[in-house]
Amino acid sequence: MNNVSETTPPIKIAAKNVDVYYNDKQALYDIGFDIPEREVTALIGPSGCGKSTFLRSINRMNDTIESCRMSGEILFDGKNILEMDTNVVELRARIGMVFQKPNPFPKSIFDNVAYGPIIHNLCPTKTDLEERVTTSLQKAGLWDEVKDRLTSPGTGLSGGQQQRLCIARAIAVEPEAILMDEPCSALDPIATARIEELIDELSNNFTIVVVTHSMQQAARVSQKTAFFHLGKLVEFGPTDHIFTSPDDERTQGYITGRFG
Amino acid sequence: MILPAPPLNGDRMKKRFRKERRFKFYGILALSFSLLAMVALFSTIIDKGVGAFRQTSITLDITLDQDAIDPEKTALRKTLAAADYNTPVKKALRALFPDVKKRKSKRRLYKLVSSGAAYDLRKAVLENPKLIGTTFAMAFPASADVDLYIKSQAQDSTQISSDQAGWIKKLQSSGRIETGLNWRFFTSGDSRNPELAGILGALVGSILTMAVTLGLSFPIAVAAAVYLEEFAGDNRFTRLIEVNINNLAAVPSIVFGLLGLSVFLNFFGLPRSAPLVGGMVLALMTLPTIIIAARASLKAVPPSIRHAALGLGATKLQTVLHHVLPLALPGILTGAIIGMAQALGETAPLLMIGMVAFIVDIPASFTDAATALPVQIYLWADSPERAFVEKTSGAIIVLLAFLISMNALAQWLRKKFEIKW
Repeated sequence: MNNVSETTPPIKIAAKNVDVYYNDKQALYDIGFDIPEREVTALIGPSGCGKSTFLRSINRMNDTIESCRMSGEILFDGKNILEMDTNVVELRARIGMVFQKPNPFPKSIFDNVAYGPIIHNLCPTKTDLEERVTTSLQKAGLWDEVKDRLTSPGTGLSGGQQQRLCIARAIAVEPEAILMDEPCSALDPIATARIEELIDELSNNFTIVVVTHSMQQAARVSQKTAFFHLGKLVEFGPTDHIFTSPDDERTQGYITGRFG
Repeated sequence: MILPAPPLNGDRMKKRFRKERRFKFYGILALSFSLLAMVALFSTIIDKGVGAFRQTSITLDITLDQDAIDPEKTALRKTLAAADYNTPVKKALRALFPDVKKRKSKRRLYKLVSSGAAYDLRKAVLENPKLIGTTFAMAFPASADVDLYIKSQAQDSTQISSDQAGWIKKLQSSGRIETGLNWRFFTSGDSRNPELAGILGALVGSILTMAVTLGLSFPIAVAAAVYLEEFAGDNRFTRLIEVNINNLAAVPSIVFGLLGLSVFLNFFGLPRSAPLVGGMVLALMTLPTIIIAARASLKAVPPSIRHAALGLGATKLQTVLHHVLPLALPGILTGAIIGMAQALGETAPLLMIGMVAFIVDIPASFTDAATALPVQIYLWADSPERAFVEKTSGAIIVLLAFLISMNALAQWLRKKFEIKW
């Protein structure tokens, strides 16, 4: 169990009055809370409550859904990224994402990790690139398992390894924040435990926002927790507080398993 | 309440298995029917067509008089080309059968050898002027009637008179008649004389046309499909375009020919009978087929790949070029090959733009007058000479061989670009 640090960390991402619509259907209502830097913030709530929608608003992945409209403000380092003129390519380079289902490219392990640095031209020389791939795989805890087969396809790895490869791919771009959308839902308990350890380690360097269905996982990995219900933010606060003495009775009901 | 166990071994179970066996039987029946149809098709075509690949020749002893060919010994190309080469061939025939005296009999004698013999002789002299003044043996193509008479086992051709049959027998016994591989069929263009007609002109015409078709339709279709599938939004306008593309795929091909005639030929004034225009018309016809196939295979690429690339900060174009298109390429290639196969076998639109003309020369460029394989087949099938029957089947065999090699190439490319998951 992680303890909330004594000194409050600076705010990395701040949501203010965020509304999201799919066509005429409103998915998020007036969301507002602050995500601290270099900590793990968990978004929990029952299915369809809008937690993934909120996560995908942070790096503007909702843009790929044509019917989606957003209003309000999401401040990333103080700049509103919901503005029309936001450079989403730069934004997504600064905010990485790990998806629910491991989705490595059907390419070699090396090419998977190297893709981000190559398109953003972060490593001008071949040695730089190799070093970047190595450190990224090391940080993702995958290096020892794949160092002898970097040229074999990433899709040939096991599910848990694939997900760590996706994490390595995301951190190879050296983002400031990483968004994780139920990163363990397709994995077995052992692989899940490894990813959770990894999330804990990564929070030393990155701001992490993780959507999860599992109460235990939220309790294990996060310092802050936001509880969403029916498109509204019900409660946000230190994880310890949410899980031991929630202010709202809906939160209480959800974490004790009375609905969800 | 506990329900009684269902009677799993009863009649119902037997019925279920019987149904399955029956279904399998129908499947095998359908499969054997289509196989039988294919075997029947191929065997009749090959049976009729192999004759086209063999050609009978008659060897004659030609004497070229210096006085007759080049009396002033100028050895100029012009003089040599203008000389009379019919007479030496006729003389050689008469020398073999000195007792043929009547004019009508002589004419029948001359008809044993193809009327192209003089051209062959002229060509040989132009290549090697030293032949003038000498006597030498040279093989000439037999006329189509003789060729058929020799090749058909029954030898009951009504085109051969009894005295001709006698001469042929004599020539055969003296070893002057030979049947060998018909090189001319693969190396020359069309001709009014079946024994001189070749497929090369049509084959080159088809290759040039297909090159234009592929060069135009593939990039345009892929660009259109990628734009519609990856960039364009889903609105009334794009839906209208989609419906129209689907309709375009069902438009009869002759309509595209009419369009080519009125737009490419009459309005833009492009050359008539040219592979360039034929290729453009067929490209229009092939476009919807490739677009539809390309869109289907782009749709089949899992969205998670797009999300992965976009999530890393790739632009939409990078996502498409680096990830989506390579994964969709095998499917797009399959669509392209189906479209190309359709275009290769298409006759109607080519008729409208004048690629149906009788063309002897082998086209050397995209703007030369040319014809295509299916049009050549149509032309030959329409010819009254009996010898064109086997030429027609021979041309069909060439067309099928072209088609199969095109498919094989596409399969190879498909395997090459296929990405293992």
